Amino acid sequence: MASGERASFKNPVVNWIDERLPVFTLMNKEYGVFPTPRNFNYFWNFGAIAMVMLVLMLVTGIVLAMHYTPHADHAFGSVERIMRDVNWGWMIRYLHMNGASFFFIAVYIHIFRGMYYGSYKKPRELLWIFGVLIFLLMMATAFMGYTLPWSQMGGWAATVITNLFSAIPLIGGPLVELLWGGFSVDNPTLNRFFALHYLLPFVIFAVVFLHVWALHITGSNNPLGIEPKGKQDTLPFHPYYTAKDTFGLSIFLILYLLVSFYAPNMFAHPDHFVEFNPMQTPPHIVPEWYFLPFYAILRAITFDIGIPFTEIVFIPAKLGGVIAMFGAVAMLFIMPWLDTHPVKSARFRPQYKLFLLLLVVDFLILGYVGMEPADAMLFGSIKLLYLGQLCTAYYFAYFIVILPWLSRTEKALPLPSSISEAVLNKHKAKPSPEAAA
Amino acid sequence: MLRLIPILFCFVIAIGAASPAKAAEGEHPPHLHWSFQGMFGSYDKAALQRGYKVYSQVCAACHSMDRVYYRNLTALGYSEAEVKAIAAGFTVTDGPNDEGDMFERPARPSDHMVNPFPNKEAAVYANNGAFPPDMSLLAKARHGGANYIFGVMTGYEEPPVDAELLPGQYWNRYMPGHVIAMAPPLSDGMVSYEDGSPETVAQYASDVAHFLSWASEPTLESRKRTGFKALLFLLVFAGVMYATKKKIWANAH
Ligand code: HEC
Ligand code: HEM
Repeated sequence: MASGERASFKNPVVNWIDERLPVFTLMNKEYGVFPTPRNFNYFWNFGAIAMVMLVLMLVTGIVLAMHYTPHADHAFGSVERIMRDVNWGWMIRYLHMNGASFFFIAVYIHIFRGMYYGSYKKPRELLWIFGVLIFLLMMATAFMGYTLPWSQMGGWAATVITNLFSAIPLIGGPLVELLWGGFSVDNPTLNRFFALHYLLPFVIFAVVFLHVWALHITGSNNPLGIEPKGKQDTLPFHPYYTAKDTFGLSIFLILYLLVSFYAPNMFAHPDHFVEFNPMQTPPHIVPEWYFLPFYAILRAITFDIGIPFTEIVFIPAKLGGVIAMFGAVAMLFIMPWLDTHPVKSARFRPQYKLFLLLLVVDFLILGYVGMEPADAMLFGSIKLLYLGQLCTAYYFAYFIVILPWLSRTEKALPLPSSISEAVLNKHKAKPSPEAAA
Repeated sequence: MLRLIPILFCFVIAIGAASPAKAAEGEHPPHLHWSFQGMFGSYDKAALQRGYKVYSQVCAACHSMDRVYYRNLTALGYSEAEVKAIAAGFTVTDGPNDEGDMFERPARPSDHMVNPFPNKEAAVYANNGAFPPDMSLLAKARHGGANYIFGVMTGYEEPPVDAELLPGQYWNRYMPGHVIAMAPPLSDGMVSYEDGSPETVAQYASDVAHFLSWASEPTLESRKRTGFKALLFLLVFAGVMYATKKKIWANAH
C-alpha cells in the first residue's frame, strides 16, 4: 500500500523511522492529505464514531475479562463483584454494556446514511459488503456477550436463539449440540461463548481494516452522490474532517455518557439482574433492542410453506422464520445488485427517498412488534402479529420488488455538474436558475 | 447546524424504540419521590439506617442478601466500630480448623450478610413451597424498582370474591398476577425508630425500599459524581471543538 512517493518530515526521528518503515507517509497519505469531498454533512461522522466505539468496547472488554469468571456457577457473581468491589468496575461494566447499544446506534445510522446517499453502488459494492459483514459479526458478538453475565434474560435469550438452528434440515440438531457443547445451555456453552466473544471483536477489527482500505481505494461518497472531479471538489482530510469528526464524536459521547452514568440500565431488562435458572422460563423473553426488528421478522413466519390443500410441507414455519431473519440481512448484502439506478443520492430520487423513509418507519414498527409478547393485540382487537407480517412483507418487497422496479422506471432530478458548483450555489442567496433547471 | 436536528431525532427514535420496560399484569405501583433520583440525587443516610433496621429485624428472617457484606454498611453512615458490632451479632460457620472440624464464630465485617436458611430447599420448605428471593439485587430485578417494593409492601388487599387462593397465598394489588406467597410482612409499630419517624407500614415500606435500592446499586453516588465531571469536560471539549471547526472551515465554504 505504502510504496511509491515518500513524504519528508522535519523531525529527524520520524524521518529515520519513515525511511525504514513508511508508516508516517502512510498516515499522512490516508489521513493527512487524503482528498475528501468538501460537502459532507454530519451523517458522515458515524463511521469515525463507530470506530471509536469499537476501540472502547475492546478496552473496556479486556478490563472486564480480567475480573470475569466464565463458569456457570460463578459468572453472575463475578459480574456483581465487578459492580461492587472492583475499583471503577461499575464504570467499566456500564460503559461496556451501554457501549454495545451506542455502537449499534452509530452503526444503524451509518447504514442508513449509506442507503440514503447510495454509497453501496458501484464502485463501492465491496466496501458495502465488508460493512454488512461487520454488522453481522457485531450481532454475533453482542449476542454472545449478552449471555456472559449468566442472567435469566441472557441465558434464556441464548436458549431461544440457539434453538432456532435446530430448524435447519439435517445439520440442525448436531449444529445446536455443537453450539451448546452438550444438550442444553450450560457451562460448556458459556465457555465457548466467552472464547468467541473475546475473539470476534478482533475479527471485526480486521474487517474494519479491509472496509477502510476499500474506502481509500474508491474514496468517499458524498451527499450529492456525484464523484469529485478535481481538487476544487475536495478538501484534505486533516484538518477539515479531523476537526468536524472530533466535534461530532464529542456530541455522540455526551449522549453515550449521559445514559451510561445517569440511566445505565435503561436498555436492560429487570430479568438481566436475576441469575440464570434453566428450570424456570421467564414470562416474556425479549432480546436486546438492536435485535428486535429481526426478531419480529423471525416471529412473523407462523405458517408452513408447501403445496396448498395438501399435507406436503417444504418449509415448516420455524425454518421459514429462520430463513426470513437471515434473509433480512442477506438483502443488505445483495442490495448493490438490486438497485441498479445510475443516480446514487436520494436527494435526486424522490420516489426512492419516499420508499426508503417508509422502510425506516417499517423497521421501527418491526422493532416495536419484536418487543411485545407474541400474542399481543393492537387497539385490543387486531393481532399485533398481522402488523408484524405486513411490515415483514414490506421489508422484503422494498428490496426484491421496489428497488429493481425503481431502477428501471424512476426519472431522477437533474444532477449538479460538480460538487464545488453545488456548494458555491448554496451559499448564494438564491440558487441560480441554471442550477435549478 | 440545522443538519444536526435529524441526527438527534434519530437518537430519540432509537432510544424510544429501545425502552423495553413493560409491566406484566400487576398494576403500576404508585410513583414516590426518592432522594436518589435525578442528576444530583443521593441516598438519604437516615432512611438507609431505618431501612436496614426494618430489613434486619423483619425481612432477613426469610430473605437472604448475600452479595452485600457487613463492611458495606459503612456507606449507611455507621462507623467501623459500629459495623464490627453489627456483624458480631450474627454467627457464621467457618472452618475446617487445624483439627479438621467446622466451628461457629461471630461474623466479621468481611463476611457477607448471613443467610436465614442453610440452602434453597430449606427456604422453600419453610415458606409453603415459595422461595423468598435474594434481596441483593431485588430493586433492579423488578420493573418499577423501589416503587414496586413499596407497592408490594402496602398493596395487600382483600381478594375479589371470585379469586381462589390456596392456604399461604395473599392478594396483592401490585404483584404480577396479584397472588403472592408472602404474608404481609409489616404492621404498624413493629419496628421502633429512634429518630422520631412515624412507625407506620408506609414509612417502613419506603425506608426498606430505599435500603434495598442502595443494596442493589451501592455505587450510585460515585457514578453520578463521576458522570458529572466527565460530562462537564466533554461539554467544554465539544464547545472548543465547535469553535475550532468553525475557524478551520471559515475559508472552505
Ligand atoms: C415469612 C417470610 C418472609 C418475610 C418475613 C418477608 N418475606 Fe418477602 N417473600 C417471602 C416469600 C416466600 C416470597 C415469595 C413470594 C412469591 O413468590 O409469591 C417473598 C417475596 C417478596 C418480594 C418479591 C415479589 C416478587 O416480585 O417476586 C418482595 C419485594 C418481598 N418479598 C419483600 C419483602 C420485604 C421488604 C420484607 C421485609 C419487610 C419481606 N419481604 C419479608 C417471604 C417473606
Ligand atoms: C464488538 C465489540 C463488543 C460488543 C458489541 C460487546 C457486547 C457485549 C454485551 C452486549 C455484553 C453484555 C453486557 C452486560 O449485560 O453486562 C458484553 C459482556 C462482556 N464482554 Fe463484550 N462486547 C464487545 C467486545 C468485547 C471484548 C473485546 C471483550 C474482551 C475480552 C469483551 C468482554 C466482555 C466480558 C468479560 C463481558 C461480561 C461482563 C459483563 O457483562 O459486563 N467484550 N459484551
